[in-house]
Amino acid sequence: MKKKVTNWGNYPVIHVEEKQFSFQNELSEINHIKGNIIARGLGRCYGDASLGDNIISTLKFDKVLSFSKETGEIECESGVSLADILDFSVPSGWFLPVTPGTKFVTVGGAVASDVHGKNHHVEGSFSNHVIHIKILLSNGEIVICGPNSNKELFEATCGGMGLTGLIISVKFKLKQIETAYISQKQIKANNLEEIINLFQEHKEATYSMAWIDCLKKGRNFGRSILMVGEHAKKSEIKKKDPLILPSKMKLSIPFNFPGFILNTFSIKSFNFLYYHKNTKRTIENIIPYEPFFYPLDSILNWNRMYGKNGFVQYQFVLPLENSHKGLIDILTRISKKGMGSFLAVLKLFGKQESLISFPMEGFTLALDFPIKKGLFEFLNELDKVVLNYGGRIYLTKDARMNSEVFWNSYPNINQFLSIVNKYNPEFKYSSLQSKRLISPKLS
Amino acid sequence: MSNILILGATSDIAVATARKFAAEKHDIQLAGRNIENLLPLKTDLNVRFGVNTDVFKFDASDFKSHKPFYSGLPKKPDVVICVFGYMVEEEIAGDNWEEAEKMINVNFTGAASILNIIAKDFEEKGNGVIVGISSVAGERGRQSKLFYGSAKAGFSTFLDGLRNRTASKGVHVLSVKPGFVYTKMTSELDLPGILTAKPEQVGKAIYNGVQKRKNTIYVKWMWKWIMLIIKSIPEPLFKKMNL
Ligand SMILES: Cc1cc2nc3c(=O)[nH]c(=O)nc-3n(C[C@H](O)[C@H](O)[C@H](O)COP(=O)(O)OP(=O)(O)OC[C@H]3O[C@@H](n4cnc5c(N)ncnc54)[C@H](O)[C@@H]3O)c2cc1C
Ligand SMILES: NC(=O)c1ccc[n+]([C@@H]2O[C@H](COP(=O)([O-])OP(=O)(O)OC[C@H]3O[C@@H](n4cnc5c(N)ncnc54)[C@H](OP(=O)(O)O)[C@@H]3O)[C@@H](O)[C@H]2O)c1
Repeated sequence: MKKKVTNWGNYPVIHVEEKQFSFQNELSEINHIKGNIIARGLGRCYGDASLGDNIISTLKFDKVLSFSKETGEIECESGVSLADILDFSVPSGWFLPVTPGTKFVTVGGAVASDVHGKNHHVEGSFSNHVIHIKILLSNGEIVICGPNSNKELFEATCGGMGLTGLIISVKFKLKQIETAYISQKQIKANNLEEIINLFQEHKEATYSMAWIDCLKKGRNFGRSILMVGEHAKKSEIKKKDPLILPSKMKLSIPFNFPGFILNTFSIKSFNFLYYHKNTKRTIENIIPYEPFFYPLDSILNWNRMYGKNGFVQYQFVLPLENSHKGLIDILTRISKKGMGSFLAVLKLFGKQESLISFPMEGFTLALDFPIKKGLFEFLNELDKVVLNYGGRIYLTKDARMNSEVFWNSYPNINQFLSIVNKYNPEFKYSSLQSKRLISPKLS
Repeated sequence: MSNILILGATSDIAVATARKFAAEKHDIQLAGRNIENLLPLKTDLNVRFGVNTDVFKFDASDFKSHKPFYSGLPKKPDVVICVFGYMVEEEIAGDNWEEAEKMINVNFTGAASILNIIAKDFEEKGNGVIVGISSVAGERGRQSKLFYGSAKAGFSTFLDGLRNRTASKGVHVLSVKPGFVYTKMTSELDLPGILTAKPEQVGKAIYNGVQKRKNTIYVKWMWKWIMLIIKSIPEPLFKKMNL
């Protein structure tokens, strides 16, 4: 039976067969499916990366296979979500080594997009913490790969957007924490230059990101709030069990977005932070980890507020040396066009050596664009600007980039494809995204 | 903390139910045809909820094995939840007695056989809860659910009778009649969202039903009324309907 399927941006929407599986002994059926297949987890990629002719949903393949409270090593099937892991790992003193801005992603999705978090500049991306991966190849073989075995397959799988095969299970290492709280600092920056400097000044902080006002012009162009944080120490928390969050605290969020129109509200809360306490440039406090890492997760389906046409999230990164100039250029174009969201997320990545993952040292900016007439033309224009500064676009957020841009911005693309070709020779595993970005160049 | 035995533990409803009971800190015994498939679930429950779990081989249609299966359990359960079931398209079953027989054997005979054995033990002990997952399909016979529906009807009637037999002996019987549920069994069907429950909702409803010692639950309340209406249609009319 065909089902309507769409990812977080509600664009594109397709009608396809979606197959689920719960047990390892069902895996042999997967490669017998006629036509192309692509793995799909929680659909938190924004565009078409996990859409295709036939979708293999991993959501029923969700068993935790092992977890050591001594070493923090965990192995789970690819459909286990990060939210599920936090539920049991935090009370025993272990946290995700890297987490994206939502905990509703699967472990398989975290590997396939090689996700980054607010700690990228110190702790790298998700794949840096992976011990090994089990993967189902298109010839039906199940192979283990990791930094020390079948290295090329491992490297092409991390950030490879599901094109090397179906990730079955992932073993990785969690990070030890003393409490479930974050000691955070929010610092105001009056303009772009200030925020760029603030990031550099806080390079030692484990976690950092900023909300940036994309529409402000003039003297306050690029005004932002930097948020930095550290896992709070036991001594900082006056609670009986600092690893357990009182259940109602989970929902009380300083950066609180209610369900209705997110934009209006985020404007309000941003302005609140910006003006209301404007006697202070810095706010420091201790908060539960959830609102710090996942401010939007408490509003389920906030993505729907962009209406039924959906939206795209545009996330690019620029090399450090071009970041300042490039950001001025791009933000100016965006505010002139008036099409983007009011707020965007700005972050400084650290160095990263990888085959096909998104991060590189420099600033990354992510903002939402509701889909309307003229948007795709405008984004094509931005792509060129990003490319000129030596930057690139994050595949997991992409739904519309053209293959030329992709090919020119991911320097290891040929090497990546030769590995994909070895393990997935007929592109049995392929998505709408890979058909858009890769196929045109091959034919 | 009690010990929960789940029969047919690989099913989607069983996984959700096991997780709900484990989250409430009950130990779980998982029984099913395929041990290999049960092992990941065993560690999953243990890691997520810190409860004791064990796995056992159990085949509902191998009636002779039921006594040794139950006597072989190292620890007898306080609650048994009978989840297994079998359904194929009735068009297939109509021409293929083996499939029809399997529906009867799994959904009715096998369930009656194992639950009778367990009920005897519970009655002797003077406590215990028996949960049977039957179906609204057993409320009235119709062509699209001919064998499946009549086997479930037998099972529902069995559960009512068992409740009557065990009530005075401190043993409680809960009949669960889920309407539609999104599971493997129904993955190829186009189910109406509003009438269809998620396995997690069924798990929660079963947990609450056991706590409150309910006799019958329908998971989604609409089903109770839908079935009342369906049951009230006069047979001369009903038999001509294409249901
Ligand atoms: C609110 C929000 C905030 C976010 N913040 C961040 C962030 O801070 N940093 C960041 O890096 N990302 C971020 N993301 C993006 C998100 O982390 C990634 O898109 C992630 O991959 C989604 O995982 P998923 O389980 O939903 O996978 P899906 O969206 O279903 O799939 C994503 C990709 O992974 C592949 N895939 C999934 N499972 C498997 C598998 N088992 N085997 C092989 N391939 C597989 C798919 O084919 C697809 O290419 C955010 C998304 C949202 C909605
Ligand atoms: N889905 C619905 O809409 C719906 C509605 C009403 C009632 N129900 C009932 O709910 C129960 C669970 O079904 P489900 O929807 O969760 O479907 P499911 O995932 O297909 O589960 C069926 C289960 O029955 C087991 N089983 C089949 N034959 C068996 C046998 N001979 N011995 C032991 N176990 C056997 C299967 O085990 P294997 O893994 O070994 O095959 C599987 O675990 C069933 O009783 C079903 O009739 C379902």
